Amino acid sequence: MAYTLDVNGKALSADVDGDTPLLWVLRDTLGLVGTKYGCGVAACGACTVHVDGQPMRSCQIPVEAVGKAKVSTIEGMSRNAVGKKVQAAWMELDVAQCGYCQAGQIMSATALLTATPKPTDAQIDEAMNGNLCRCATYVRIRAAIKRASGQKEA
Amino acid sequence: MTYHDKLLKAFGANRREVLVSVGAGGLTLGFAMAGQAQAEDDAVKPLNAYVSVAPSGMVTITAKNPEVGQGVKTMLPMLIAEELDVPWDSVRIEQADNDPKAFGRQFAGGSMATPLHWDELRRVGAVARAMLIQAAATAWNCGPGDCATDAGAVIHRPSGRKRTYGSLALACAGVTPPDPKSLTLKDPKAYRILGKFTPQYDVAKIVNGEPLFGIDVRRPGMLYASIVKAPVFGARVASADLDAARAVKGVKKAFVIEGDPNGLFPQGMTGQGLLPAVVVVADNWWAARKGRDALNVTWADHPTAKLSTRGFDEQAAAFNAGTPQKNARNDGDVAAALKASARTVEAVYSYPFLSHANLEPQNCTAEFKDGKLEIWAPTQNPEPGRQLTAKTLGLKPEDITVHMIRGGGGFGRRLANDYMVEAAWVAREVGAPVKLLWTREDDMAHDHYRPGGYHFFKGGVDADGALIALQDHFVTFTNNTSGQPSPSAGMAASEFPARFVPNVKYDVSMIRADIPTGPLRAPGSNALSFVFQSFIDEMAHAANADPLAFQIKLLGTQDVVGEAPARYGAGRMRGVLKAVGEMSGWANRGKLPKGEGLGVACYYSHQGYFAEVAHVAVAGDGTLKVRKVWVAADVGSQIINPAGAINQVQGSVLDGVSEAQHQAITFENGATVQSNFTDYPLMRIAESFPVEVKFLKTDFPPTGLGEPALPPALPAVTNAIFAASGKRVRSLPITPDMLKA
Repeated sequence: MAYTLDVNGKALSADVDGDTPLLWVLRDTLGLVGTKYGCGVAACGACTVHVDGQPMRSCQIPVEAVGKAKVSTIEGMSRNAVGKKVQAAWMELDVAQCGYCQAGQIMSATALLTATPKPTDAQIDEAMNGNLCRCATYVRIRAAIKRASGQKEA
Repeated sequence: MTYHDKLLKAFGANRREVLVSVGAGGLTLGFAMAGQAQAEDDAVKPLNAYVSVAPSGMVTITAKNPEVGQGVKTMLPMLIAEELDVPWDSVRIEQADNDPKAFGRQFAGGSMATPLHWDELRRVGAVARAMLIQAAATAWNCGPGDCATDAGAVIHRPSGRKRTYGSLALACAGVTPPDPKSLTLKDPKAYRILGKFTPQYDVAKIVNGEPLFGIDVRRPGMLYASIVKAPVFGARVASADLDAARAVKGVKKAFVIEGDPNGLFPQGMTGQGLLPAVVVVADNWWAARKGRDALNVTWADHPTAKLSTRGFDEQAAAFNAGTPQKNARNDGDVAAALKASARTVEAVYSYPFLSHANLEPQNCTAEFKDGKLEIWAPTQNPEPGRQLTAKTLGLKPEDITVHMIRGGGGFGRRLANDYMVEAAWVAREVGAPVKLLWTREDDMAHDHYRPGGYHFFKGGVDADGALIALQDHFVTFTNNTSGQPSPSAGMAASEFPARFVPNVKYDVSMIRADIPTGPLRAPGSNALSFVFQSFIDEMAHAANADPLAFQIKLLGTQDVVGEAPARYGAGRMRGVLKAVGEMSGWANRGKLPKGEGLGVACYYSHQGYFAEVAHVAVAGDGTLKVRKVWVAADVGSQIINPAGAINQVQGSVLDGVSEAQHQAITFENGATVQSNFTDYPLMRIAESFPVEVKFLKTDFPPTGLGEPALPPALPAVTNAIFAASGKRVRSLPITPDMLKA
């Protein structure tokens, strides 16, 4: 059936089975491929999006459960004041290696800094621990979060 | 479509923009393209595969190799740009397609991009610069010696007159490229690009989630495929309910691929053919996956269905009790030396199979039309993939085009091209563009695993604390009857510390196991470093020696030992060991609190010399916390891009510790047990730690950084665990049980 979703402030519609995870609706039906598939079981965080501002694993959300919630994806982060700062820090520090996990990392980091503008190391660990980076760029992920929040990086 | 056709097409609306490409004569078969520019504007004459200059001054440089996160798409063009003498912000980078005629061998492996291209690509830039100078000199009626260059312009030294490269590009068409070897390259002191922190060219695309990876490829009318293969490697399909899959909404096709059950090991690591499988194709991937779940596939019996990790352990122990199958090295008289030793140590080391676990699961997009196949592949090794695809599908290689798409992690997994062959086969079967995507579970069940192994050691030190005897019976794996180990399961007879110890015996036995194996980042070294560097640390403690001083003493006094390809720069290794001792405050390690310790390890691989010290804390309940790792590295005279270089080293160290702390692939009933990150965990940010990196500048040509920082990280940590807790880790992964007080 057809679902109308609010994605990055736009009303987009998708005619798919209701049990289709939001991840695949975004990627295959709506063509928003910035959100990545990594594990399908909420163990890697590559598919992280914001649902009403909260970081969620889109591989676990059936499209029928989204309703009127506002969905934000990596493609919308340059229009989010906090997201933009996070992206800038990511670019300046050249955080990425392969880059595949980084959309999810940026979504989690943006949610963290929106709720906690000056996170401690422990708060960074807690908020970011669900996001795997196979290249293990964690040193720079931490530094970029500190930079984006105006804190000393080391 | 070739790169040049693409370039022309991209500029199609304003074709005059592409005035001329300047060539690096004969360097890289670059003239093969000359006849292909059939532009209406005679000025458009792409001559060479690497460089073109637009009137605006914008320089387009081709990145020849596949990018999988190792940074070559940025780093290799930096070499050209430096010698061309253009500002980095006026450089545009284009990813090359697979095109061996234009670019030679294109691959991501062995940390080879730097050593293979350091000289060659700087000369490509220098040739282009010399041609621009010649064009200016002709215009000014002066000798090229009167000209200099600066930031994308030629300057007439006597008068100070200036011509931009853009304004000279057209005139280069009449200039004969000089012999690259005749040119003098820049003094490194004059570098403006090399050595500067340069973020990846695609950094903005990455942070904005723009389509970039293999999984992001989209073609008009594209369908999506899911493929299921036997849990027991190579087993045939016995039955599958294709109609149940076809009944799922969105499913377009479901079919069996007969495949080749012997296709697992036809021609080494890059040769895996098409295995028996069932494929479901749908208008979105989730529907394909739902269709696949409805298949209820059963598999035929297979001779390897009894393989198990427990069985391997038993066979290894049995080999140790018997006579080794082969002797690989026998220096001096180990038995006599062990007898004469003041102290001896016996130890058994082992390590598990590992999965690459690229975060982007294997995938590939293919389109078959009018007898021609076009492939978009996140591969590290495109040309062997094209050849394998041609062979499997019965096509001519020249009818297949492979576009190299960024891979979400390589680590050696994408040197194999099984996913490419599958996508090509499915696309031809379906008659539409198809994106084939493995599930995470497919990816973990059908890797080319890092092989496990067992080492049965004996060592002896004399009364002066010198290592005089070392014996290793290495029990490894083979998937054939030729007497050769499986891919990446071998060990060189020169493995360190051979040649530094007077009495050395290396024996080898092999367990037959028909499991696909292949290179994982720092293949061989990633396991051998752990066992040898740990055992050397054991011998240092047996000699009551400072482990760092013991390592330096073991390396002797010669600077170089042996000949290529087994040449060992002992002097370079002593240099990094001394440096890491200073960086880490090794001399003060006695002041650390109880339960904390430093460990040291060093390893030479991929032409790089690395010494690392780890600082760990081990709690009474066996909880391990790595606090910091220091790295001293000697990769030659120049760090090309510090942004990528430091990232590679830090990531390699964390990756190695992640392997040591968490990762193991095991087998039961012929199949892989682990299926996802829930039972095959990787390091997460809370466990990560600072990694301090120092590059020693030496007079050697620069070498690569994708791999060599990884091997010493594992034993540095396990040796630190011993210093902190007295617990010797001899098998991986490390578990809290091993470390409990």
